Amino acid sequence: MAGPGPAHYGHFIMQTALTDDRLQQSRGQPLPGDFAIWVFIFAELTVFGVLFVAYAFTRSAHVDLFNASQLTLNRTYGFANTLLLLTSSYFVVRALRAIKAGRHTACGNWIAGALGLGAMFLLLKLVEFHQDFARGITLSANLFYMFYLSLTFFHFMHVAMGMVILAVVAVKAYAGRYTADNHTGVETGASYWHMVDLVWILLFALVYVIH
Amino acid sequence: MKYQSQLVAKPYFIAALALFFGQIVFGLVAGMQFLDGTFLFSAAHFNIVRMTHTNLLIVWLLMAFMGAAYYIVPEEAQTELYSPKLALITFWVFLIAAALTVVGYLLVPYAHLAAITGNAIVPTMGRGYLEQPLPTKIGIVLVALSLLFNVTMTLIKGRKTSINLILVGALCGLALLFLPSFYFPEDTVKASYSWWWIVHGWVEGDWELILGALLGFILIKMTGVDREIVEKWLYIIMAMVLISGLVGIGHHYYYIGAPAYWIWLGSIFSAMEPIPFILLIAFAFKMLFQRRREHPNKAAMLWAMGTPIMAFLGAGVWGFMITLAPAQYYIHGTNFTAAHGHLAFFGAYAMVSMAIISYTMPMLRGREANSVKAQHWEMTGFWIMVLSMIGIALALTGAGIVTAFLQRSGADPMGFMQVQDRARVFFWGREIAGASFFTGLLVYLRSFFIKGEYQYTGEVKRALAT
Repeated sequence: MAGPGPAHYGHFIMQTALTDDRLQQSRGQPLPGDFAIWVFIFAELTVFGVLFVAYAFTRSAHVDLFNASQLTLNRTYGFANTLLLLTSSYFVVRALRAIKAGRHTACGNWIAGALGLGAMFLLLKLVEFHQDFARGITLSANLFYMFYLSLTFFHFMHVAMGMVILAVVAVKAYAGRYTADNHTGVETGASYWHMVDLVWILLFALVYVIH
Repeated sequence: MKYQSQLVAKPYFIAALALFFGQIVFGLVAGMQFLDGTFLFSAAHFNIVRMTHTNLLIVWLLMAFMGAAYYIVPEEAQTELYSPKLALITFWVFLIAAALTVVGYLLVPYAHLAAITGNAIVPTMGRGYLEQPLPTKIGIVLVALSLLFNVTMTLIKGRKTSINLILVGALCGLALLFLPSFYFPEDTVKASYSWWWIVHGWVEGDWELILGALLGFILIKMTGVDREIVEKWLYIIMAMVLISGLVGIGHHYYYIGAPAYWIWLGSIFSAMEPIPFILLIAFAFKMLFQRRREHPNKAAMLWAMGTPIMAFLGAGVWGFMITLAPAQYYIHGTNFTAAHGHLAFFGAYAMVSMAIISYTMPMLRGREANSVKAQHWEMTGFWIMVLSMIGIALALTGAGIVTAFLQRSGADPMGFMQVQDRARVFFWGREIAGASFFTGLLVYLRSFFIKGEYQYTGEVKRALAT
C-alpha cells in the first residue's frame, strides 16, 4: 500500500517547486504553504513518530500477542479508508491545480469533494470502532488493542482537525479570496491534509498489515 | 497605557509581589525545618508552613494573571474595562480572603479551622494545594466569576483579537478546572482523580495557554512584529499544548488507581509536553530577531526571553526526566518531584508573571520604561533569582537521587528519616540557594523604589560619547 504514497508526494512536490516561474520563488520559499504549518507538521510527526516507536518497541516484546490480535482487525475497512484518504489527497492536489489556473469555484469544489471523502473516512472508522467495542475490544483488553485504539483514535481526531482546516479553505475559495498568484492558504491546508494521509498510510501498514 | 481603566491592574500586581515575598519567607522556613526539625516548632509546624508556601504561590500567580487580564483585555479590545469598580471590589475581596486564610492557617489548628468553617457540610479541605477552608473556596469562585464577567463584557463591546480570545478562553478554563475542588468523595481513587485535574489541568494545559497569550502580548508590543505572525505561532503552540497536555496529564492516573493502559498513554503523551515549550522558545527568539523597534524596557525583554527557556528547563526537561513510567517507579514523590515543581512553577508561571509586571508597571506608573538604574537592579534580581532557582532544583534533584538509591531501589531499603539524614548536604544546598533567591527577590523589589524614567536623550548622548 505504501507504493502510491511516495510517488504521489513526489509528484506534488515537483509540481509546486518546479513549474515555470515558481522556480525563482522556490529559492526564497522552498516549502509550499505557510512556514508555520511546517513547524506544526514537524511537531505532529514527532508525536506520531514517538507513538510508532513505542508500538514497535512493545511489539518486539509481545510478537505473538500482536500477531494474533492483529488478525482480528477489519482489514477491509482499513483498506477502504486508505483508498478514501488517498483519493481525498488527490482531490486536494486538483484543488491546488485549479486555483493556480485561477478557477476558485473549481478549487472550492475539489476541496468540498475531499471533505466528503474525509467525512466518509470518519463514518467508516466510527462503524469500525462500534464493532470493535461490541466484540469487547477496549483499551484494557490487551497491549495491542491499547495501541490500536489510541493510535487510530488519535489519528481520527487529526482527520477531524484537517477537515476543519479544509472547510475554512473551501469557504474562502468559494468567496474568491484566493487567486492564481495568492493561494498560500490552499497550500497550507493541503500540506496538513497530506500529513494526515501520510500518517494513515504508515498506521495502516504498521497496525493492520505488517506481520 | 491607553485606557484609564487599565489602572486597576496595579493593585493586583503589587499584591501579587507582596504575596510572592511571603511565599519565599515561608519557603525558607520550611527549608530550615528540613535541617532542624524543631525550628519554630511551637509557632509554625512544617505541614502548615509548607501549605502556606504552596497556597501563597497559587494565590500570587492568580493575582498576577488577573492583573494581566485587567491590563491586556481593554488594550486589546480597544475599549475601557466594562467595570473598573467591580475589578477593584474583587481585588479587595480576594486579598482579604487570602490574608484571612493565611492567618487562619497560622493561628488556628487545621482540624479546628475545618470544624468552624463548615467542612462537615461540604468536605473540601485537606488535599494538597486545596487546603483552603470552604468560605475561601467559594470566595475564589466568586472572584473568578466577577473577573470572567468583567473581561467578557469588555470583549463583547470591543475588538476581538486572538490574544484576547485565547486569554479569556483560558481564564474560563481556569475557573472551570477549579470546580472539582468541591468534589471530595470518601473513595480515595475518585478523590485523587478529581484533585489531579485541578492543579495539573492548570499547569499542563490551561495555564500554558495563559502563558502563551501573555508572552504574545508582550512580544507584539515590544518588538513591533505583525500581529498576524504572532497569532499564527500562538495557535500552533496552543494546538500542541492541547494535543500533548490533555492526555499527558494522565501520567499519574495509573498510580491513582486508573486502568493500566494509562502507564503507556500517560508516559507517551507527557513525553511530548516539552514540544510546546520548544515552540515557545523558537517563537520568542524569532520575534526578537525580527523586531522592528528597540524598546527601552530591556528588563521586560529579559524576562520575556528568559521565561520560555526556564519553562522548557523546569517543565520540559525536569518534567520529562520524571514522567516515563520506569522513572516514576523509582523517583516519583521524592525530592526530584520537588525539583521539577520548583523549576517549572518559577520558570513558567512566576517568570511570565514578572515579565508582564515588568512590561506594564512602568506604564501603570506613568512612563514607558524605568530609568537605566532601576532596570539594572531589576535585571540583577533576575539573574540572581534564576541562577538560585537552578541551584535549588539541582540540590533537590540530588536529594531525590539519594532517596531513589537508598530507599526505592536498594535490596535493603533504608527508613525514610535515615535517608533524609543522608541527603542532608543537599538540603543545606537547597537552603543556601534559597537564601540567595531571597536576596535576588530583595534586589528585584528594590528596583521598584528607584524613581525616574528612561531618558532617551541622556542615553543617546552617553552612547555617542563612548
